[in-house]
This record gives sequence, C-alpha cells and structure tokens, in this order.
Amino acid sequence: METVNIKINGRAYSVPKDSTVLEAARYAGVEIPTLCYLKDINEIGACRICLVEVVGARGLVTACVYPVNEGMEIYTNTPKVRESRRMNLELLLSAHNKQCLSCVRSTSCELQKLCHEYGVDETHFRGAMPESSVDESTAFLVRDNSKCILCRRCVAACRNLQEIGAIGTNDRGFDTHIAAAFEKNLADTSCVGCGQCIVACPTGALHEKDDTQRVLDALADPTKHVAICTAPSIRATIGECFDYAPGTDVEGKMVAALKRLGFNGVYDMNLTADLTIVEEATELLERFQNGGVLPMITSCSPGWIKFCEHYFPDMTENLSTCKSPQQMFGAMYKTYYAQKMGIDPKDIFFVSAIPCTAKKFEVTRPDQSAAGVPDVDVAITTRELGRLIKTAGIKFRELPDEKFDAPFDIGSSAGAIFGATGGVMEAALRMAAEVILGKKLEKLDFEDVRGIAGIKRATYKLGDKVVRVAVASGTSNAKKLLNAVRSGEEKVDFIEIMCCPGGCVNGGGQPTQPASVRNTINLREVRAAVLYNDDRNADLRRSHENPAVDIIYKEYLGKPGSHKAHEILHTSYVKRGL
Amino acid sequence: MKKKQTTIPFKGTQAQEEKLENLIAKNKDVPGALLPILQGAQEIYGYLPKEVIRIIALRMDKSISEVYGVASFYSQFNLSPKGEYAISICLGTACYVKGSGKIMEEFEKELGISSGETTPDGKFSLNDTRCIGACGLAPVCMINSDVYGRLVPADVKKILDKYR
Repeated sequence: METVNIKINGRAYSVPKDSTVLEAARYAGVEIPTLCYLKDINEIGACRICLVEVVGARGLVTACVYPVNEGMEIYTNTPKVRESRRMNLELLLSAHNKQCLSCVRSTSCELQKLCHEYGVDETHFRGAMPESSVDESTAFLVRDNSKCILCRRCVAACRNLQEIGAIGTNDRGFDTHIAAAFEKNLADTSCVGCGQCIVACPTGALHEKDDTQRVLDALADPTKHVAICTAPSIRATIGECFDYAPGTDVEGKMVAALKRLGFNGVYDMNLTADLTIVEEATELLERFQNGGVLPMITSCSPGWIKFCEHYFPDMTENLSTCKSPQQMFGAMYKTYYAQKMGIDPKDIFFVSAIPCTAKKFEVTRPDQSAAGVPDVDVAITTRELGRLIKTAGIKFRELPDEKFDAPFDIGSSAGAIFGATGGVMEAALRMAAEVILGKKLEKLDFEDVRGIAGIKRATYKLGDKVVRVAVASGTSNAKKLLNAVRSGEEKVDFIEIMCCPGGCVNGGGQPTQPASVRNTINLREVRAAVLYNDDRNADLRRSHENPAVDIIYKEYLGKPGSHKAHEILHTSYVKRGL
Repeated sequence: MKKKQTTIPFKGTQAQEEKLENLIAKNKDVPGALLPILQGAQEIYGYLPKEVIRIIALRMDKSISEVYGVASFYSQFNLSPKGEYAISICLGTACYVKGSGKIMEEFEKELGISSGETTPDGKFSLNDTRCIGACGLAPVCMINSDVYGRLVPADVKKILDKYR
C-alpha cells in the first residue's frame, strides 16, 4: 500500500495515499465530527461540521472529502476550528425545531450530541423558520421536516444505496426541503418502506410510525389475549438499545423482558421461518416438476415485494406465494392455535417484533387475514421494542436468560439465519437438496450464498438436477439481477431477495447507530455473525426436521403445499407500476 | 419561493411527445444532459408538466425525484402552464419603490394564486419580472402585450374584468 507522510496536530503519521483527511485522522486516533457524511453513499461536504485547518490551504477545509497529500499538516482542534464548528451548529439550530425533550431521538441524536459537546447557544441566531410539514401518510414512517438539517443522508440512502429515489431535495435556498417529487405524500410514491432513510437520519426528522401505544393498550385490556413473536435477527440487535456492543446475542434476556411486559405468549419466529421454508421449498419443487414460472423468487421481505410490484410488475408471478414468516405466525396463531386453545381469534392481539418498517405496511395488506381478522395486529420495530422495555422500567442488563413459550418455541437454526442475506436460500437448499437427493446431506453449509456481497451466485448439482441460484440484498442489487434475468442474460432457477443491504440484520427497523459507528464498523457482518454462530452450534439445523412444524402439519395443515396450507399460509400480489 | 403544483390538466399532443422523445434520445448519453433536456422540454411544452418530468426520468434511468429536484431548483423552469393571459408585474427598483409590491399583492388576492402560478381554469398566470424599460410609468404591469402604468391597487380589479 502506498503511503504519504503527514502531520496531524503536530505529530507525524504515515497514512494510505488515497485517504481523505477524515480517514487519515482516524488512523491517528482522532475522530473528526461529521453530520452529512456517510461512507460510500453521501460524500458531499455539505454540513461543514468536519472543518479542519490545513497549513497552506485557503480557509478551512472539509475533512470528509479533502484528500491527503505528502507533507500535509492538519490541525483538527484549534480555536478557529472549534469556533467554526460551533457557529455552523448554531446556524443549523436557527432553523431547527428545538423541542428536544420529547423527541424520539433525544440522547441518540447526532446533532444534539455535537451541540452539547461544543456548548452552543441555541438562541444565538434568531430569525424566520422555514415552512415545514409532517408527512404521516404511510403506515410505517413519519417525516417531520422541522427537525431536518438537510444533510441529505436519507436522500442518499434512498437514491444511491437502494436506487429507489422516492425522495429528493426540492426547491432552493431557504425553501430547500426533502420530499417526494411534486410534493406528493410518501404513500403515493414508489417508496417501499425499507426504512434505510430512518437509520441514516442523524436527527429526529425521520422515525418509524410508533405503534407502542397500541401494544400497551392491548396489554392493559383484560379481554385480550396478547402474544408476541420475535424475528430471527432481533436477538442479535436489540442489545444495542441497552448499550451492548453490536453483535451481542441477547436472546435469553429479550425473552425475559417480554415476559415481564405481560405478554400471554412469547414466541420465536424461527418456527415460522421453518414453516416458510417447508412451504417455499415445496412450491419450488412443484414448479420444477410442473413447469411453473421460474425463477422463483422468495417473498419474505415485504419491502422487496413492494419494490417488485412497482419496478418489476411483470415478474410478480415469479414471486413465491408464501406469506412471510411474520404473517404465517399470526395466521397459524389465529387459526390453529386459537382453535386448539378455544380462543376467539377476535380476542387475540398478535404482535410481531421485527427489524423492519415495511412489515408495518405488510400487516395492512389485503389477503393477509386467514382467520377473517388481520393475521398480525401490530408490527413493532427493534427500536420500539427497546423503548417498550425501557419505559416499563425493566432493567434489561440484569435479567436472567429465559426461554420462549411452547408450543411455538422450537425453531431450527436454518430459520435463524433468515436474518442475514443468503439465509433463506441456504435454509431452502438444505431442504430442497435432501428432497431431491432422497438422502441426508453430510455437509449442510452452503457457503457460496453467505457473506455480505450484494449479489451472490452458485450452481448446485443435486443428483441429475442442476439448480442455479442467486441471492441479492438491497434493492439496487435486486434491480441489477432482475434486469439481467428479464433480458435472458442470466439464467437462474431460484432467487432470494432481501430489500435491505445485508438482509434483516441491517433492516430499517434496527437500532440506529451514529455515523461514527456506521462508517467504521460493518454492522451487517457483526450482526449476521450472531446468527451464523447460532447455526454452527445448533442441534436442529434443518427446517424440515423441526418437530413443531411436523406437528402443525399433522394436526392441522395436512401436508406441505396442501389446499389448507394454501388458504392459510399463502397470499397474492398486485401490479403497481411507477 | 416554493414552487406550487398545478392542477391544470396536461394537454400534450402526439407531435410534442415525438419531439420530446427525439430530444431525449439525442442527448441522454451526454454527461450533464438533464439540464439541456429540461430546457428543451420547456420549449416544447411551454412549461414542465408532471407527465413530461416522469418521461424524462424513466428514459434517463433517473428517479422522478431527482429530475423534479432539478426542475424545482432553477427559477427558469415553470411547473405550471402559462395562462391564456400572462400577467407580469415589474418588481424592478423603480416600480418597487413606487409600490408595485402592493400591486402584486392585489393581483394575488384577486386571482387567488401566488406569483409563479396559474389559475385553475388556465386563464391567468401571474409572474414577477424585473425592469421592462417603462420606469416613467412605474409601477407597471403587462398582460400579454398590453402595458398598464401608474397603477394603484384599486385599478387591478378593473383591469382584470376586461379579460374575464
């Protein structure tokens, strides 16, 4: 690696030649504050918080985009630098809604943290406030532009990371604001609800539509049977709401906390991830046999489903008709379990805890009401679940480890890896391979489909059958892959697509991490490691060997792909277009 | 000034659309083509209708929000069609000190639209302009090619009634 010699705050360092000042400072153990910068997707030098002094440069320079060169002398903490940063923060505040006390991001707001550190005077500049509005049109997201600092991280997440571009920067000067084209409500755009804008936002301008009150109301209602199930990835991320390092598995404490919140049942969504695999692999094998539409594409990710409906409406027949694990859980609970326990499905309030904002939209979709009432009543994100636990006064870190409730407590580790990109594919392959080969696999690891690459491809020879698979995460990668499939350039039989880059572990409902963490730690990798670690150490690694799934089929559904299974566990799609 | 959305229906013709498609096809692979394409589109249609912005975005493989962002950034782009009668109020220095701001307010009140907009029936559009070289008549306004000078707010309704 070529290096250059520079000085930072008077000390000499040798740093990679193509570094920016921001990156070089990190080598020197100096964190330069940023607001607009997000590595790879938003490198625009707009917020002017990362200003530093460079000897010989005209004025202060923006560290996030300024390249280092041989002999450069940089000062990151002079009075001039600090004064400029403070002034810029005060200017941002002059147009900011400063109702911080009740703001959803209070204490995790990147602007608030900097203002605190720099001792700003929030009343220094007084003047007109820009006109702003609140967009609450969708089921999943709230945009309050009075708290927007125009850093454009959300626009970059939507346009550059996901290549959707539902929002942009409209008008100019004092009127500049972030909104959809033609000032449409977000609900009337091709927004898929992935929530990547929310986890990119440094302030409280974007947050999920909070459904915690609905959960609290249900819990307080003695006539309701209130149950919750948690998605595979929550155990790997909810710890972050309680100051655990990213990548800490807190399954036992999470279950203990939910029991203390007063749920009548606390269940593991890994179970219905297994059920999904059994149904989906059966559907795939059926399509192979009967000449059905191929490639078949997975349907677990509701953001991806909406993306397909908008951008590839001609390919909705390729989507597996299986409901997502969340919806399958609610559907089974309100049919099979309700019948078994003698509870009226109308008296059940079913909550799912998910890493996803698009799931809030999914619960409102038609054809997701197996028992005549919505399969799932409320979907809450990891962040909302964290808030529920905190406000109940539950000391999460001091809790013992507890176990999920029977009979929905058994989930295979094939279900667990659903939370990472490639996980659904691997789980499905484990089953499909064993069915096609008619024998048990010695090695269950399909390593080609693992890892955080945007698109992964593999070909497996199963007996005399060749199965070509592809895995994409992030809608920009999905678009690339599907364009190639549509044009015939790429031939595949089975595709897994997850809406969020890296899969659910990096979902838009996961705990927010400041840019300083996002830019330096690969959250997708460390969070996914929890799930693959679970898988490595598990005894039950095959969805189709889950005894609970077996019982569900024996007692209720008949066999995989049966008429009854279709009625309860499958759904339909719409062609939305753009 | 925030650009307002028009409710006037799009009345593009087949011939205009062909011109637009040609314009895009000719320019779309040139770096920085969006601006000249938007300018050309405005020449074809007289303004930038939603439908046209959408076509430009799809053909250029850009998001609609990105194209709209550019269209709403530059004051040279109109998002509403010009009215049958285009009213321009001079807000240049001489007119302004003679009270053309009040004349503008009166027009806005009388028509129920802001500067840069068009009445929903498509009859009147209102714009502010800089010096039109008739400072001796300040404050001045023009309706199509008719010039009205030495205006006081009370004149506005009378003038508009001639065109209604």
